[in-house]
Amino acid sequence: MMKPGEYYQRDRRAHPPARTEIYRTSVARSPNYALISLQNSIGEITGPKFGHGDIDPLDRDLIYNYAQQGESAIGERIILHGRILDENGRPVPNTLLEIWQANASGRYRHRNDTYLGAIDPNFGGCGRTLTDENGYYYFRTIKPGAYPFRNNVNSWRPAHVHFSVFGSAFVQRLISQLYFEGDPLIPQCPIIGTLPDPTVVERLTARLDLNATIPLDTVAYRFDIVLRGRRSTLFENRLEGN
Amino acid sequence: MTKLDYLKETPSQTAGPYVHIGLAPGAAGFEIYKQELGRDIAGPNAKGERIRVEGLVIDGTGSPVKDVMIEVWQANAEGRYAHPEGGGPVEEGFRGWGRVITDFRTGEWGFDTIKPGCTPGRNVGLQAPHLNLWLVARGINIGLSTRMYFDDEAEANATDPVLNLIEWQNRRATLIATRSERDGSAVYRFEIRLQGSGETVFFDV
Ligand SMILES: [Fe+3]
Repeated sequence: MMKPGEYYQRDRRAHPPARTEIYRTSVARSPNYALISLQNSIGEITGPKFGHGDIDPLDRDLIYNYAQQGESAIGERIILHGRILDENGRPVPNTLLEIWQANASGRYRHRNDTYLGAIDPNFGGCGRTLTDENGYYYFRTIKPGAYPFRNNVNSWRPAHVHFSVFGSAFVQRLISQLYFEGDPLIPQCPIIGTLPDPTVVERLTARLDLNATIPLDTVAYRFDIVLRGRRSTLFENRLEGN
Repeated sequence: MTKLDYLKETPSQTAGPYVHIGLAPGAAGFEIYKQELGRDIAGPNAKGERIRVEGLVIDGTGSPVKDVMIEVWQANAEGRYAHPEGGGPVEEGFRGWGRVITDFRTGEWGFDTIKPGCTPGRNVGLQAPHLNLWLVARGINIGLSTRMYFDDEAEANATDPVLNLIEWQNRRATLIATRSERDGSAVYRFEIRLQGSGETVFFDV
């Protein structure tokens, strides 16, 4: 049987470059030298595996995973769901997806967050799940609020959910943020402004999904994630010794 | 013209200032999960030398970065990764993966693990023992990949195919941690410089 090959090169034109003056914190935290290209070897095509023993089923429910008995988080109740696929369109099964977000008033449960938005005693702000065998995932949460941050004096983050995903190889590792369809703060956000091509934000935008909405209960947003794909033909650049 | 039907990788965005509550809430002082992931890299059964790895992440102004998250991915002492394509079975409980956050006041980070063995090279030969590291933080727009090698493996480092790929010989030293002893056990010090003098080598993997 043919061994699968290495992962497709990351198309860095679709990702923000390291240094983006529009996002001021990046200026002193971005390498000046070019990255050194490294073809895949054993440490790149492998990566950590997670199982159901690692997490708890309640971890995916942010409305209840930090709430007192009989209480729930305040805010617009939403389902966030979708699939994790690779660039070949194949589902990525059993992979860990972690999210974190502000509460409905735009405040994080983090010691460094001093925004005056109120803390919700029943909302922690993080969740995690594994995709199923079809690469499908879902969370229940509340829609996060917008919040200001010190970039320009009047910079605001649109409502967003941070996400972290593994795939099956360490080169597929990805952290990003999803936004919500129709948010008027999207065009002014300096962090979105780091994307070299403004149309790329479309691929970070969750869409209202009325079909998945639970009537009289919870509205739904759909968001698919794409990780790097993998070669299946290996005429050259053979990975020997693995 | 019809386009090929490949999908495109989801674009990266910074992990932001609050990555800790998402990925290491317990380490950030916020207990929400019964089990925090990435705290135990090697597990109790791992063979090999127990080591501690410590350092700072330093920005372009020379200041420690106090809100980084670092992930480590490494082989066991026999050079095998805990993965179906990792070269063979590993000890029960060996994951080879961990995550740490920097101290919010000092920027110091550290973790306990075992020293990995040599791993197969991409085509031929062996790679010197190393840790694969991945850094995210506020102000880092896309995760940075680097490697940490060991200064007491000079012979293996000299023939390591990845170190030798780095054209500028003086930059190779940025990937090599310094060993010392503390209370009879090995501690490796590894500073990661994001920018400026002695900037660490980062890879496009
Ligand atoms: Fe945020």
